[in-house]
Amino acid sequence: MAERQPILQVRNLSTCFRTDRGVVTAVDDVSFDVYSGETLGIVGESGCGKTVTSKSIMRLLPERTSFLKQGSSMLLRSAHRPQEPAMDLATAEERVMRQVRGARVAMIFQEPMTSLNPVFTVGWQIDEALRYHTDLDAAGRRKRVIEMLKLVEIPNAEKRADEYPHQLSGGMRQRVMIAIALCCEPDVLIADEPTTALDVTIQAQILKLMDDLRRRLSTAIVLITHNLGVVAQVCDRVMVMYAGRVVEQGTVHEIFRSAAHPYTAALLGSIPKAGRKEHGRRLPIIPGIVPGLLELPSGCRFADRCTYKQARCTAEEPKLDAVTGPGAAPDRAVRCHYPLGAAAVASASSSASAAR
Amino acid sequence: MYAYIFRKLLYNVPVYLGIILFVMVALRVNDPVMAYLGKSASPESIAAMRSEMGLDRPLISQYGTFLGRVVTLDFSERSWEQKRPVGDILGRAVWPSLAITVPALILSTLTAISIALLSAYWRGTLTDRTLMFAAVLGMSVSLLVYVVLGQYFGAYWLPEKLGIPDGSPLRFAISGYEPVVAEGLRPDNWLRYCLLPVIITVVLTIGYDTRFYRAVMVEECNRDYIVTARAKGASKPKIMFVHMLKNAMIPIITHVMITLPFLITGSIVMETYFRIPGMGQTLITAINSKDFPVIQAFTAVFAAIFILTNILTDVLYALVDPRVRLS
Repeated sequence: MAERQPILQVRNLSTCFRTDRGVVTAVDDVSFDVYSGETLGIVGESGCGKTVTSKSIMRLLPERTSFLKQGSSMLLRSAHRPQEPAMDLATAEERVMRQVRGARVAMIFQEPMTSLNPVFTVGWQIDEALRYHTDLDAAGRRKRVIEMLKLVEIPNAEKRADEYPHQLSGGMRQRVMIAIALCCEPDVLIADEPTTALDVTIQAQILKLMDDLRRRLSTAIVLITHNLGVVAQVCDRVMVMYAGRVVEQGTVHEIFRSAAHPYTAALLGSIPKAGRKEHGRRLPIIPGIVPGLLELPSGCRFADRCTYKQARCTAEEPKLDAVTGPGAAPDRAVRCHYPLGAAAVASASSSASAAR
Repeated sequence: MYAYIFRKLLYNVPVYLGIILFVMVALRVNDPVMAYLGKSASPESIAAMRSEMGLDRPLISQYGTFLGRVVTLDFSERSWEQKRPVGDILGRAVWPSLAITVPALILSTLTAISIALLSAYWRGTLTDRTLMFAAVLGMSVSLLVYVVLGQYFGAYWLPEKLGIPDGSPLRFAISGYEPVVAEGLRPDNWLRYCLLPVIITVVLTIGYDTRFYRAVMVEECNRDYIVTARAKGASKPKIMFVHMLKNAMIPIITHVMITLPFLITGSIVMETYFRIPGMGQTLITAINSKDFPVIQAFTAVFAAIFILTNILTDVLYALVDPRVRLS
C-alpha cells in the first residue's frame, strides 16, 4: 500500500450551476483518490451532490448552465502506462473527453429501463463503444460483443445480442449497461446508483457481478449510492457527502465501526438490522431535509438536523479535519466541530489536505 | 404482418359501412331532389327525377345499390350538374390536386425536419431562438396575406424586375392550370401553374411543423439514453443524427401520415385562389350546386383512403419502432 499512485485524483472539485436565482455550488471543494482494483463508495441522501460529482468527472453536465470552478482538478492516470503523465479532466477539451469517455472512464446509470436506446439492438449498442475506441473490424467487434455479454453472465449471448432493450428484464439491461461500460476495459468505472431501480435479489447479483469484474479486470470503481448496506457489501473506502460537501471519509471498516460525523451515524442508525431487538419500535429517521443550495446555512450544513447541535455549529462552518489515532487510515477525515466517539481530530490547520 | 393487415382490414369493414350509411342518411335529411331543382320545380319533374335516381326506393335498398357500386369500383353514376360519370370527374380532378399537394408535402417535411434539427442541435442559442421566432411569425400570418403577396411578388413584381419573358415557365401564372401530363411530360406547365401554390403551401405549413418536430427532438435529447451515448464517447452529430433522430422519427412519421389522405382532397383554399380544377374545387362546386352523386362518391373514396393510410401508419410504426409488434 506504500506508494500507490491513485488512478484518479480529484482535488478541490467545485461544480456550479447558473440558475435564475443565481449561481449555486452543487459540489463544493471535493477531493478524493481512486485506486486501481478498489471500490470507493460515495454516500449521501438525494441532493447531496453525488451524481453531480460523477457527471463532473465524465464532464457530462450541460456546458451552458454549469461550470467547474477555477482550481478544480481531476488527474487521470493510465493503468496500462503508469509512466505517462496524468491528464487533467477538468480542463480537457471536449474532443479529448470523447476519447476518455467509454474508453478510460466509463459510467453506468441508475435507470436501466431508460438508459438504453429503445430503437437499437443491445449488440449494436455495445458495438458502438467498440467502434469509437478500438480498431477491431466488424467480425472482431461481434466476437467481443458476445464475449462481453457472456462476461456479464447473460445466457444465450448470441441470441440476446440481436434483441432490443424492451425484450430484456431490468437486471438484464443493467448487465448490458455494464457490458457497454466495460467493453473497452476502462481504468475507472463510475456506477451511479446502479442497483437502486432493481429489486433486492437482482441487486445482490449485480453487485456481485461488478465486484467479480473489478477483481478480474482490476478496474477502479466509484460506486454512488444512498444505500449503506450496498457500501458495506462491496466498498473498500467510503466518502460521505452532505449538501455538496464531504463530511466524512475513511475505510468501510472505520466508518461502520466508529462513525465520527453525526450525519454518518444517523445514516447508519436508520438501517434496519436483523436480530436487533426492536419489535414495535420505529426505525430512527433523520428529521428534516437537505438544505437547498440557495439557502445554505452559514455554519455547519447539517446543524439544523443534528441532535448534537451546539452554538458553535450554527456560527462557524467546520473544516474537513484529518482524524488521527490508533489504527486510523491516512485519509480518514471528518467535518465536524464535535466528532463522535473517541476520534481524535488533528489540529484545524491540516484541513482540506486530508484526502492525501 | 400480412395477417395483421388482413385482420385490420376486416375490423374496418363495419367502420366503413357505418360511414357510408351515415353519409347517405345525412345527404337525404333534406330532400336532395328538391334542393337541386329549386322551389319552382313542378311536382311531376320532382317525382320523375326522384324515381330516375332511385331515391324513391327504401333507404336499405339504395344503400345496397351504392355499396355494390363501391365494391365493384363502379363510379359510372352521372353528376347532376355536369352530366358526366362521377368517376370521370374525380379522376380528372385528382391530378391537379396531387401536382400541388405531393411536392408541397415532400418539400415542407424535408425542410421542416432540417430546420428542426438545426434548431434542436443548437437549442437555447441565438440560432435556435431566431429560427423559432421566424417559425412563429410564419404561422401567425394569415394565409390570405401569403396568397396576395405571392401572387403580386411571384407572378408580377419579380418576373418584371428580372425581366423574365412572357412565355417563360418561370413567369408564374396568377391563376389557371394546364395538365402536367398531356402528350408527354410538361414540366414547364408545372412550373408555371403549380410552383407558386406549392411554395405558398410550404411556407404556410412549415412554421407549425418545424415547431412540432423541434419539440419532439428536444424531448428526445433529454432522455437517459442520450447521456448513455455521450458516456460511451459518441460525438454530438452521432448522437443527434443516429440516436436521437431514429427515436424522433416515430412521432414525425405519425404526423406526416395523418396528412396523407388530404393529399387527395387537395387544398381547397389554394385551388380556389389559383383557380386550379382540383379535388378541393370540385368538392366545393359540388356542395354549392347540391350535386348529390359527386358528394356521395367523394366521401366513399375519401373514407376508404383514410382507413388504408391508418393501416399503413401502423405498419410503418412497426418498421421504425421495434417495441411495436403487429399481432
